[in-house]
Amino acid sequence: MATLALNNIVKRFGDTEVIKGVNLNVEDREFVVFVGPSGCGKSTLMRMIAGLESATSGDILIDGERMNDVGPADRGLAMVFQSYALYPHMSVEDNMGFSMRLAGVPKAQRRARVLEAAKILQLEPLLDRKPRALSGGQRQRVAIGRAIVRNPSIFLFDEPLSNLDAALRVQMRIELARLHEELDATMIYVTHDQIEAMTMADKIVVLHDGVVEQVGSPMSLYHHPRNRFVAGFIGSPKMNFFAVTVVSAGADGVEVTLPGGAACHVPVNGEGVAPGATLELGVRPEHLSIEEAGTLGGRIQVLERLGGQTSLYVEMESQLLTIMADGDVAYRVHDSVRFGFDASRAHLFDQTGLALESLKAHPLAALTRQDNRAEAGTQSEEAAP
Amino acid sequence: MTRTRASGRRVGGFRALSLQAPAVTLLLLWMLIPLGMTVWFSFQRYNLLMPGMTGFAGFENYEYLLTDPALWSAMGTTLLLVGWVLAITVVGGTLLAVLFQQPFLGRGVARVLAISPFFVMPTVSALVWKNMMMHPSSGVLAWLSNQFGLPAIDWFSSLPLTSIIIIVAWQWLPFALLILLTALQSLDEDQVEAARMDGAGPVAIFFYITLPHLKRAISVVIMIEMIFLLTIFAEIFVTTSGGPGLATTNLAYLIYIRALLDFDVGIASAGGVVAIILANIVAIFLVRMVAKNLDD
Repeated sequence: MATLALNNIVKRFGDTEVIKGVNLNVEDREFVVFVGPSGCGKSTLMRMIAGLESATSGDILIDGERMNDVGPADRGLAMVFQSYALYPHMSVEDNMGFSMRLAGVPKAQRRARVLEAAKILQLEPLLDRKPRALSGGQRQRVAIGRAIVRNPSIFLFDEPLSNLDAALRVQMRIELARLHEELDATMIYVTHDQIEAMTMADKIVVLHDGVVEQVGSPMSLYHHPRNRFVAGFIGSPKMNFFAVTVVSAGADGVEVTLPGGAACHVPVNGEGVAPGATLELGVRPEHLSIEEAGTLGGRIQVLERLGGQTSLYVEMESQLLTIMADGDVAYRVHDSVRFGFDASRAHLFDQTGLALESLKAHPLAALTRQDNRAEAGTQSEEAAP
Repeated sequence: MTRTRASGRRVGGFRALSLQAPAVTLLLLWMLIPLGMTVWFSFQRYNLLMPGMTGFAGFENYEYLLTDPALWSAMGTTLLLVGWVLAITVVGGTLLAVLFQQPFLGRGVARVLAISPFFVMPTVSALVWKNMMMHPSSGVLAWLSNQFGLPAIDWFSSLPLTSIIIIVAWQWLPFALLILLTALQSLDEDQVEAARMDGAGPVAIFFYITLPHLKRAISVVIMIEMIFLLTIFAEIFVTTSGGPGLATTNLAYLIYIRALLDFDVGIASAGGVVAIILANIVAIFLVRMVAKNLDD
């Protein structure tokens, strides 16, 4: 049982402000993922929660108690490091039992707790080995085991999968999701990989330049990005953006002219948008479809066939757009192609990069990863700008 | 397939051997000729003061040497000197390395200063210590004890071996510091932070994380220092000349006394052979220890 609250956290290294006032609430048993490009401050934020770094200002509350001045060991947290940070001269068992050894727990009790954790992670046959005799995935599990043994109120994961190869990463991702369910603990997870974020999170926190860009469930971030940065960051391949001109705008939608002259009615709240203004329209590659009578057109520059699907990189008015199409499309490089999109799938962004609010919420936007668990399900919440 | 490869390797082995031969031969000669001559002389009557007395001596030289109480005293002195200097430099070097790893103002300059004694040649540093630090009337240490109203210590006559140990340790502490500091820089910061999360304070981190990490580097320091400390000579020659009595005569200095003060090459050579045997015994233990550590 643990909740975490960050109130207006600021971190400065010398003159550079790395974290610029972060507010965040983490509910009990929630799986929260901090995601953002490298240098966005996500790791620093986690290290401040862990107590390895002090906050310049603001409050860190765990279960409502201010923890700013409490040492890292006494916050009741456990952290899994990107490099695993196992103690190389200790066996797996000693690695996992180290915190208890420091706390003076008797040996028999220590062993029982280690065995318990080892059972969850299938580490029993490896307990006498040294870390260097383990594979990457096994080391990762030992690092997780070391965290489990401490029975923490909150687990912290700092890019734990980035040192693993692709196949192992998928496997560990599933294992982590299973672990979250089994331990029923609050977990905070830092990654730069948006697939990890989308697949595991109950709640994603998108960070950029030390600022929280948006907080919400994976589906709400995907369907209702708050601004252009989130729209571009979440989803793979990246969302396509191009400039459009406003014809008319109102509370019931915005009429824009697409490149090529076709008109399009986007169902977003256009109050305050002046006709004639230039907006940016965003549409995901998977929402662009190839149609004979499509409103947009261009020439295929690169074609990537993945078997099940094909990525087309199409040049439209000197801009490269990505289209995810069926694996069997017959087009070839340098062919001309017409394509269109469902206007309800499109996003409009104003000059400051903020998204115009969608008139209809996507039915999945409020869905969490484990929606069947009603008490842990969280509503998506927008961060204060 | 295996056979081809095996025979191919045999040909390659022969070729490789023939190409290595000149270097190996040179090194063998380089080592074997002085060794052979030392062994040869150790069985000869060979005293520069008595040119008439020559010929095969059998084990006479060894008999004389091994029954000479000076040899055992010299061995004891050698072990004391090596042991104490090792203890001081390894313990001090580890603590200093941890200290110099902490960030503080002017750390780079402080590191260079701390390492600089290693660059002073042994004769010079011994002279500096003798005439400027430990001199009973004009030395810094005498001045210091006078400041506290204490009588000045005449270091080289009342604490001769201690004085030598201090001088040699002062020279070798920077070496240990240098090696251990370098090793410390390769300590994964994440490990230290993981230990902090596990509840380890600075002392626990030192004993559970830092020391095990430095184990290899420490064994390398011990090995290298021991090789050089077994043959300490200049410091003794410049300061105490092995005295008072035999208080600071180590094996190397005893061999010098026999060869160039007593002019008995035969006995000195026998001493040399004894020193080689001693060094080899030490080396066996050392190599085992280091090899075990490097295996870990």
